[in-house]
Amino acid sequence: MNDSNETVTAPMLSVKSLSVAFKSSHGLLTVVNDVSFDVPRNSVMALVGESGSGKSVTALGVAGLVPYVGGVVTGGEVLFDGSDLLKMRASEVNAIRGRDIGFIFQDPMSSLNPAFKVGEQIAEVVRRHRKVTRKQAWARAVEMLDRVGIASAATRANEYPHLFSGGMRQRVMIALALACDPALLIADEPTTALDVTVQARVLEILKDLQSINGMSVLFITHDLGVVADIADDVTVLYAAEVVEQASVRELFASPSHPYSAALLDTMPQVALATGKPVASIPGIVAQAHAWPDGCRFNPRCAHSVDGPCTTDAIELQSVGTGLSRCVRAHELREQLSKSGLQGGKSS
Amino acid sequence: MNGLLFLIRRLISTVPVLVMVALITFVILNAAPGDPASLVAGEDASAEQIAAARERLGLDGPIHERFIEWAGEVVQGDLGDSFRGESVVTMIRRALPVTLTLTAGALFVGIAIALPAGIFSAMRSGSRIDRAIVVVTSLGISAPEFFIGLMSVLVIALKFGWLPATGFVSFSESPVNWLKSIILPSLTLGVGVAAELTRHIRAAMGDVLKRDYVLTARAKGLSIKSVIGKHAMKNALLPVVTVLGLQVRRLLGGTVVVESVFAMNGVGTLAVRSVFFRDLPVLLGIALVTAVIVLVVNLLVDLSYGYLDPKVRTS
Amino acid sequence: MSDFTEQDRDQDDEIVFTGASFWQRFSRDKAAVWGLSVLTFVVLLAIFGPMLSPKDPYTSTLTDNLQGPSGKYWFGTDDLGRDILSRMIVATRVSLLASVQAVSISLVIGLPLGLLSGYAGGFVDNLIMRINDAVMSFPALILAVVIVGFLGPSVTNAMIAIGIVFAPRIMRVVRGSTLSVREEVYISSARAVGCTDTRIITRHILPNIMSPLVVQVTLMLGIAILAEAALSFLGLGVQPPQPSWGGMLGRAFPYISLTPVAVIAPGVMISATVLAFNLAGDGFRDSLGREKR
Repeated sequence: MNDSNETVTAPMLSVKSLSVAFKSSHGLLTVVNDVSFDVPRNSVMALVGESGSGKSVTALGVAGLVPYVGGVVTGGEVLFDGSDLLKMRASEVNAIRGRDIGFIFQDPMSSLNPAFKVGEQIAEVVRRHRKVTRKQAWARAVEMLDRVGIASAATRANEYPHLFSGGMRQRVMIALALACDPALLIADEPTTALDVTVQARVLEILKDLQSINGMSVLFITHDLGVVADIADDVTVLYAAEVVEQASVRELFASPSHPYSAALLDTMPQVALATGKPVASIPGIVAQAHAWPDGCRFNPRCAHSVDGPCTTDAIELQSVGTGLSRCVRAHELREQLSKSGLQGGKSS
Repeated sequence: MNGLLFLIRRLISTVPVLVMVALITFVILNAAPGDPASLVAGEDASAEQIAAARERLGLDGPIHERFIEWAGEVVQGDLGDSFRGESVVTMIRRALPVTLTLTAGALFVGIAIALPAGIFSAMRSGSRIDRAIVVVTSLGISAPEFFIGLMSVLVIALKFGWLPATGFVSFSESPVNWLKSIILPSLTLGVGVAAELTRHIRAAMGDVLKRDYVLTARAKGLSIKSVIGKHAMKNALLPVVTVLGLQVRRLLGGTVVVESVFAMNGVGTLAVRSVFFRDLPVLLGIALVTAVIVLVVNLLVDLSYGYLDPKVRTS
Repeated sequence: MSDFTEQDRDQDDEIVFTGASFWQRFSRDKAAVWGLSVLTFVVLLAIFGPMLSPKDPYTSTLTDNLQGPSGKYWFGTDDLGRDILSRMIVATRVSLLASVQAVSISLVIGLPLGLLSGYAGGFVDNLIMRINDAVMSFPALILAVVIVGFLGPSVTNAMIAIGIVFAPRIMRVVRGSTLSVREEVYISSARAVGCTDTRIITRHILPNIMSPLVVQVTLMLGIAILAEAALSFLGLGVQPPQPSWGGMLGRAFPYISLTPVAVIAPGVMISATVLAFNLAGDGFRDSLGREKR
């Protein structure tokens, strides 16, 4: 790690023990707790979990956007290309954001500014980070719109967001995020708000651009079907903590945490293959002001046993080539691997 | 193209209001108790003298004919004669620059205070300074202008002698004294507007800053100046500009009192003096002129929507 | 009051205030409670003040004129040597009554027109709204001055002027609420069982537009105090020798460097009362759970 020629193979993004908290009437609530993961170069890491698991806040934390949504980073490091974003001055981070790190938000209906033409919004980021003329920046905007598959891009660049459909707006967002050829793209549920058919198309565009540009992607989603399609590695979050980390192939073949296994069972694709109805995980996601004792998943877990699972906090441990936060991971392995489908990146 | 259509539609919808404003003015003018003719002719006038005055003031003939005749004259810029003899238009034209200067000055003061205060308040929502700003704006809205004016006269003009307490100096006479003479009145009149605008900007900004596109702007690596001043501002301006039209109306009303406090010979002072003469032509001329100014400002405000809100322009 | 809170309880299920009565919600709003307390004090002062006033507000002791605060005259004296404190206390009743008078006139004009406009719709609504727009194009104080010029300066005429000028505010609120209530199911059912329009308006619509109306009236009482003070300051409202806050301010103004308290005291009184009306009005609105606009 300390050799300069080694940094080339070092991960693009390395998040170490990131913790984020929000102020609330219950005091300071930790919604991301000690989360670590790497995004290697030219690869896609999926961050998976139900809403409330802390995955979106983790994404914001990586981009240094947490203070703007009212949160505080309480600890950890975010090493981007070897340097800690959290230790940089605001102006230094600003120079990286938009240029080296692109960001796509969940809701395309609200993430574009309604008061500016879409072309302007893309050209702005180009002009911010590159020494180009107004004209060149505009040309780049049109080129990007064209690349994400927007027909007659030159005309549409002059239009305002309200004239675009949800899927089209998300394409604009992708064009905006990728306009400066970032080394890392953070995509926070980029397809969740879209219709199923549009989802597939947007995902395809993202996949294409990823392989062409050779960038790293941190892909946040609750949909394991999408994960199978796009990601190389998966980090599963539950109740602010990493509960499992593995390659996509391994996670789908043999999940080592009951929560991952349960998530796999909720996939409609699984229901289709097995002929069983779509499963759902019983109970509700634990709330940040009332984490359960012991394993945070234990009240909803089918494999929970009194004592080991309900008293002490569980540490992450190695299971196979990955990590799991389940005390019974080894003994349950056989049982859990019956869940879900054999999966992996399809292309 | 659509913008032009919008402009035309907006212009047309102003016309009925304008006619109604004229009608109200005219009805009051003609429903005055007592006989203006005998008032003009003097207390000891004979019947012939009164009849002559009536003829001279154009008080004969059926009411609808007189309205049309009157409206025709108004459109040509003739508001008739004051009971005191002088032409109403001349009197208003003499007083209007003072009032407009004062209004513009107050608007400037209001915006200059409200913009930073409102934005700061929204960005630091819930902080001590934010709460202090909220309290001060409540006070600013509740305190009468003339009270604030008198206090500033007391402190700034009389105690420290920094600025003249009263009077208006025209720009052509002495630019420096002109500026000195309008600072206190503008501050006085502008405080209420500043308070009101601060509240609106705080609310609008607070709402906009929660939007995803502001986060997008930050994710683009834009400076805080650009995020707030460009991306958030253009969206927050729409609700604020809407109240700006109301503020101009309020300011024009406020000049009545503020001009009186600072002994400025503007439209407001003219109006108050005319009350004691029961000089209705002057009073109604003032009402009509100020109402038209308000309507024009509102028209401009609506037109600015076209710039601020693309949905208006293209739909 | 109690029936509004019953309804709001159903509508506001998701709001934190679930289950709390109007007064419970109101009492949590510190600013509103402060406003209501000040108002209570001012009203008590208006009722009982004249009995408590230390001196006769109309007696002038010319040898004691333009004095600063002292043990004899707490707030000093005016140019005619009258006790400022006593005059301020008496003026409380004058100003409050004047503002009630003005708002009543606004109600008499605005309430029926608003109901008619909202309920009838169509041409009538259109005509009323155009007149409304026209009246609202005049700067309020200028229109008030014109009306006073038309009727002659006196407190009653000034209040008629203010009442007319601010009537559109009542009208708009009433019309807006009527429009939304009109579409409710119980109105159609009332119509279906053959209720007359008058009955529908008085028995069904009126009770349901009460809470926005109460809020608006509270806020307008503050506005009317301000307007009365402005007109009296200009000498167009309350006429001497009767004291009013605005009139006292105007009277003391030429001597401001000599007796600043004579200017500050009524000014603070006006500001505090208006602020109290505003805070109480805002509190009512928030606690009643309905929007003003």
